[in-house]
Amino acid sequence: MRYGEVGYNLEIDLATGNIERVETDPKILETHLGGLGTSVKLHWDRVPANVGPFDDENMLIFSSGVLNATPAFSANRTVVTFMSPESGLLAYPMMGGFWSAELKYAGYDKVILNNKSPKWVYIWINNDKVELRDASHLVGKGALETQDAIRRELNQPNAQVAAIGPAGEHRCFTASIEQGRSSASRLGGGAVMGDKKVKAVAVRGSKDINLFDGEAFMKEMKEMMAYINFRNTNPIPDVMTILSGIGSPQEMVHTDESWHTENFMWGNARTRRRGFWDEKVAVEWPRGQLEGIKRLISCMNCPQHCGALISYRDTPRYMAKCFGKLTYAMAAYVDNMDFAWRALQRATEYGFDSFSTPQILAFAVELYEAGILTDKDFAAGPNYPACPSDNEGRFLWLMDRVAHREGIGDVLADGVYQAARRIGNGAEAFDHNTIKKHEQLPLKLGTLDPLYYLMYATNEKISITQIEGNWPQGAFPTMEQREKFVEDWPQLPDPSWKQWLLEWEPRGEKGIPFFPTADICSVIVDWMEMLHNIDDACCVCAGMSSFCLKPPYHIHNYPKIIRAATGLDVDEAGLKKIVNRSRNLHRALNNRRGMSRKDEKPPADHWKRRWPELEENLLSTYYKFKGWNDDGIPTRERLHELDLDYVADDLEQRGILKNG
Amino acid sequence: MAKIKKIVKTIKVDADKCNGCRGCEIVCSAFHSTPRYSGINPARSRIQIIRHPLKDIWLPVFAGEYTPAECMGRETYIIDGKEYDECTFCRATCPSRDIFKEPDSGLPLKCDMCEDDPPREKPMCVEWCLNEVLTYEEREEEVEESQEAQDVEIGLKAMMDKYGPDKIADALARMAQKGQQ
Ligand code: SF4
Ligand code: SF4
Ligand code: SF4
Repeated sequence: MRYGEVGYNLEIDLATGNIERVETDPKILETHLGGLGTSVKLHWDRVPANVGPFDDENMLIFSSGVLNATPAFSANRTVVTFMSPESGLLAYPMMGGFWSAELKYAGYDKVILNNKSPKWVYIWINNDKVELRDASHLVGKGALETQDAIRRELNQPNAQVAAIGPAGEHRCFTASIEQGRSSASRLGGGAVMGDKKVKAVAVRGSKDINLFDGEAFMKEMKEMMAYINFRNTNPIPDVMTILSGIGSPQEMVHTDESWHTENFMWGNARTRRRGFWDEKVAVEWPRGQLEGIKRLISCMNCPQHCGALISYRDTPRYMAKCFGKLTYAMAAYVDNMDFAWRALQRATEYGFDSFSTPQILAFAVELYEAGILTDKDFAAGPNYPACPSDNEGRFLWLMDRVAHREGIGDVLADGVYQAARRIGNGAEAFDHNTIKKHEQLPLKLGTLDPLYYLMYATNEKISITQIEGNWPQGAFPTMEQREKFVEDWPQLPDPSWKQWLLEWEPRGEKGIPFFPTADICSVIVDWMEMLHNIDDACCVCAGMSSFCLKPPYHIHNYPKIIRAATGLDVDEAGLKKIVNRSRNLHRALNNRRGMSRKDEKPPADHWKRRWPELEENLLSTYYKFKGWNDDGIPTRERLHELDLDYVADDLEQRGILKNG
Repeated sequence: MAKIKKIVKTIKVDADKCNGCRGCEIVCSAFHSTPRYSGINPARSRIQIIRHPLKDIWLPVFAGEYTPAECMGRETYIIDGKEYDECTFCRATCPSRDIFKEPDSGLPLKCDMCEDDPPREKPMCVEWCLNEVLTYEEREEEVEESQEAQDVEIGLKAMMDKYGPDKIADALARMAQKGQQ
């Protein structure tokens, strides 16, 4: 019997309609665990290095992890993997919600989509019954509308549906896959799904998931429950509100947005508006936020309230989470929550990544103001009017064009980096906030931060929120605060690390960019990244683990939880090795697709004060720590340690791995 | 008829606080699996969250009695402007719908308040709901003595409705014989 995992994948060939339930090798649990780990392995094994995002062979995998569908708190991620149209690399956005648990109850760990369907379909998975159903009547419908329409036509109110909207249908590079209150947003999974002509994947299951040692498992969870209760009533002092609790950013709960609105950049990651949160705004914005929120909601088996049902005036209802509530208003320089809620509703139905997309639209506005785009680009088309001149109208008009790839929208839909190159004529200079062709958080800061430098530069996620988390974002000003913080910090792998936090000053010799030193930074960043990789294999929400300070899940309890769930006899070192294996395989896969040191660069203006030599040293030191060569390629020695000799052979044969 | 003391166990449901997490469904099924906590399957849970997210409906409903036939008539309710589907508030295991039935056998499920020996302080779902939606209360009442339908009986009745009394009697006889060998 298999425990924790189901032991079967669903393989669908969209071209022929062939559907198979395939048993997986039980050994894979020992070597790659599950979730992202086992998905990366499938991509490495099956997708040749030259396959483009819209080629038939670009496999699209929806995966659960080893802890979904169990009583493990907040284990509800679905990790979606594919070669990204934006970056060209293996992307792995994740969504929360309820989908992956339902998939496991239906009897599958993963849904693997191969090739393309000749006509629009949606996939209906109900235990052993799996069908490709006609979706022609759903084409053009919003992502949320589609989910409800499918539940209605199947007469399955409890089916969980992951769907794309028009942005995905038109292969916009920032198209998301939406599911209730959640979405897999980054790097264009919706575009790949649209290219395969799959409008949605609906699932409902009623089978059992087995736990290897249920009693031990529940004991762990009971301890965790006590800790969750403790943290929910005892926020961490001396840090920003948003960092003080557990869970993903409680953006629907918190209404004081002075920090985001004054520290994040407005427009195309362009302007910092100090003093924005004045007395008037401090009353109006929270009022607008609360007016829109009907109820706070969570994902599967999670006590937090990261999401909300939004019911704002005459806007159709939808669900929201995270920072999307501000990104459109801030990118458009529109100073009210009214626009924020309306724009987000439209974007959710279109199925857009609400980090990247607002920046693309703001980028277009900048190009217009600079005379690079002209009135011609904003003129009426065969079935749409000319662009209005007010900020709000213009922004929504641009969103409509991008979602349908109409007029200038067709170019913009390729994302800032690629659109800038297609437009030319100086547009490249306005692409100032991408890494590896992917839009980043709209943050521009003062002094280089060595920890963040490494995280931005090196992670395969290409999205900072999925790398950072367990180490505080900045030094505490007073020794008293530092002592208080380290006092109770069992999540650290090694208590001796506390010293680094105690020594860390906001500025001066023991401050950034010189401290933490390159060696210490390497240890900390590697640790934080590893935690994310464990979460991604288990499909636990990073908000309850790697993304938050002093989280419920950590390196000391994870092995026990995984063992009780799956029966895998693993300790801390063993777990670390497994996720390192997956991490390096992912790295090698991207190396094989051309990624190397040359690409590992935060935007030039991300920090005002840069230290080029120090940065190079940071990167080299970190590479060495990771067992990568100076070009950022895993060495043969490292790959051998991880039983990945076949990867070393492959990289050598291709001339990517030189000098061992 | 003789009066006896009876403990009335109540779970108060503050549905407005429910965040829809389904944690209660998960732990209920875990508690009732054999061996305990060995398996998870919300379809076997004796609490089900009736969900219509866009209608702002997240309603925990507990499995009650088995009924062999559906009601003659149906009601729909509108409360606070929210329209609830037919049967939403009904706790019955009923042929008209597929909740509160074992997924493989179709046998009825009934909330047993997590009876256990020694008794639990609170039922599982109450303990694991961290949103204070479910509150457990006990009170003593004097009631007339009456035979309460036990789980076995409910199960048997459902089987009889499905297979007819003869088949059940045959099966029992066969099992008894096997037991003697
Ligand atoms: S912490 Fe938030 S995002 Fe994470 S699982 Fe819970 S509700 Fe979902
Ligand atoms: S009280 Fe016990 S049996 Fe009843 S629904 Fe809750 S967990 Fe299930
Ligand atoms: S555990 Fe509580 S909050 Fe979660 S669904 Fe059940 S009743 Fe609602």
